[in-house]
Amino acid sequence: MKITFKATLAALAVPFAMSAVQAATITISCGNNAADVEFCGKFAEDWGKKNGHTVKMYTPPASSTDQLALLRQQFAAKSGDIDVLMIDVVWPGVIKDHLVDLKKYSKGVEKEHFPAIVANNTVDGKLLGMPWFTDAGLLFYRKDLLSKHGVKVPQTWDDLAAGAKKIQDAERATDKDFQGFVFQAKAYEGLTCDALEWVYSYGGGTIVDGKGEITINNPQAAKALDAAASWVGTIAPQGVMNYGEEDARGVWQNGKAAFMRNWPYAWSLGQAADSPIKDKIGVAALPAGTGPGAKKAATLGGWQLAVNKYSQNVDAAASLALYMTSADIQKKRAVGGSYNPTIPALYKDADVAKANPFMIELLDVFTNAAARPATATGLKYPEVSQAFWDAAHDVMEKKSDGATAVKKLEAKLKTIKKAKW
Amino acid sequence: MGPLFVRECAPFFYPSLVVVLRMKNRAKIAWMFLAPMLVLMVFVAGWPLARSIWFSFTDTNINNLAEYNYVGFDNYFSEYGLFGNSVLSAEFWGTDWGVSIKNTFEFSIISVVLETLTGLGVAMLLNQEFKGRTLVRTAVLVPWAIPTIVSAKMWGWILHDQFGLINQLLMDAGLIAHKIAFTADPNYALMTVVAVDVWKTTPFMALLILAALQTLPKDCYEAARVDGVHPLRVFWKVTLPLIRPALLVAVVFRMLDALRIFDLIYVLTSNSGSTISMSGFVRRDMVDNGNLGSGSAGATSLTLIIFVAAVLFLRATRVKLNEESN
Repeated sequence: MKITFKATLAALAVPFAMSAVQAATITISCGNNAADVEFCGKFAEDWGKKNGHTVKMYTPPASSTDQLALLRQQFAAKSGDIDVLMIDVVWPGVIKDHLVDLKKYSKGVEKEHFPAIVANNTVDGKLLGMPWFTDAGLLFYRKDLLSKHGVKVPQTWDDLAAGAKKIQDAERATDKDFQGFVFQAKAYEGLTCDALEWVYSYGGGTIVDGKGEITINNPQAAKALDAAASWVGTIAPQGVMNYGEEDARGVWQNGKAAFMRNWPYAWSLGQAADSPIKDKIGVAALPAGTGPGAKKAATLGGWQLAVNKYSQNVDAAASLALYMTSADIQKKRAVGGSYNPTIPALYKDADVAKANPFMIELLDVFTNAAARPATATGLKYPEVSQAFWDAAHDVMEKKSDGATAVKKLEAKLKTIKKAKW
Repeated sequence: MGPLFVRECAPFFYPSLVVVLRMKNRAKIAWMFLAPMLVLMVFVAGWPLARSIWFSFTDTNINNLAEYNYVGFDNYFSEYGLFGNSVLSAEFWGTDWGVSIKNTFEFSIISVVLETLTGLGVAMLLNQEFKGRTLVRTAVLVPWAIPTIVSAKMWGWILHDQFGLINQLLMDAGLIAHKIAFTADPNYALMTVVAVDVWKTTPFMALLILAALQTLPKDCYEAARVDGVHPLRVFWKVTLPLIRPALLVAVVFRMLDALRIFDLIYVLTSNSGSTISMSGFVRRDMVDNGNLGSGSAGATSLTLIIFVAAVLFLRATRVKLNEESN
């Protein structure tokens, strides 16, 4: 009798244990705006239904600085709560010890993606993230207003300042709140992206060069920061000093700005059916600086999907990451949400081109974007970036001028570097 | 020894227990009762505190807590340390740590003074007899009851430079020509944080002061009224000295709280190095930059700074109290 009872228990337990292995609950971290939920959560759920897994969505904080900070705390506690992580292009060097090498799972599929991004995601020979979408800073402008006021698409920052001023002055006659130019200048990673574009476009380098030398203390970098400071309170509202991406887009999409610097995602949201500025949006490369070495520049952004080393279901998580980064899903995300694919072949796709003409026109911008000095500075990148955005913020708050700020920044970076990065 | 034994024989044991309690062993038993609490304290307060102080003497990074080097007082006094080798020079107040100390004290002093004054005013009003007093008393508590993060976000929207209510009202009233970026403009950021903090913590001050006011003897006031003493004089000579101890306790509470300010500044402002508080600096170093070692040094210094400030404040007020009694 007893034996039968035990046997029954065991017989009952086995299928449960087996199903626990098969049907995993996978938590995926997508972005935090409405489009991310629509174009990430939905596809992940599809995958879950097909494979008999439950997929949960995790919404990360809006600021990428906060996202990274939270992740590092979770890693310090060896937490496996989030299985599939969305990681920024500058993070692989910082969190490399906590991610799964995806080479075993990808079986060479990464070769379909842009080699530069794959190289960025490969640390010590390990593929730590599958490229998901790429980003570069773009200049959004109001086609209707530019032609109304006879302003050409700006080629230099000086053009932009003059054009923005002209439009702003004229529009303010009817709309007191109208702004010439909005961008991201809150003290966070976004300001590092914006300010790197200014500095690099003036020929001022990338803060720290590929060899790890600190290059920021140069007259062109100072000039770039001074130029940006001159916009605040003139063509840009004082409030930009506290704007992130979504704050800038809020002003822009309400039709209250002539120009905006933002990432490609702002395109599809601006073109949405209920958008007041639908079909009035133009997209161009960001303007060039002036002086020696000046050129057009965009900061390389973009996100990868990685698998948490502490996850309970590494295999299932890796398979979800590969599914989400596949050409099929990337195409759907590009057409519906204007997320730039990381697969060159998709840039020849007719549907992608029709939905996002700028992706094809500005392909150069995406392939030649300037990388933030994350590779050279490794684990100390967050500190380097923070010192840089603080310096830029100080100049724009008029607490310091460009030349003093870059000199002080150089000294600060040396303190952070100590003997080596 | 069955239940029967216990029932029948237990009474014989009671007297001896009483004797034990009455003997010098009372202290021992007291310790026994305290022990669980003490053990708990060691685990939840002592151990983390000790660990944090220990971290401050190492170069631990959040990336790997098990791997670190002992660096002595480097995080405090070396060339790269918090207090650098320029403790006494003007340069120190230009470093991020120096700026954060300055910001924190500026914020604390201004906000606590304002909160004490407004809290006193509100408490005096609520101490009067009027219809619906209970309702008003409850209503005043609302700002204190809202979690700081929520009220900071709320005020962030109310004070927003483009869509904010305050800017719209000021514009409509014709008081300002351009919208003001309250949270972003360095000229306004600190004052904005102070204003929101005053809004939030005035109820706390008012409540503590009101409690003190209600314990005051009524006959004192009746005597003053019979003698025809001016109400203002009554306030200075009777009310204020009598509620002074309670007022000081309230101020110390608020001061200690204000010196730890973090959430309001973090949510409301742009968080640049120029508006950061001491706690914000520590969080940034520890969490954003992952420097658990130097961040812990910051946390330890912060605790010491607040401790010293509290001791100085208590001393200063006690001296005054003594003078008065003399």
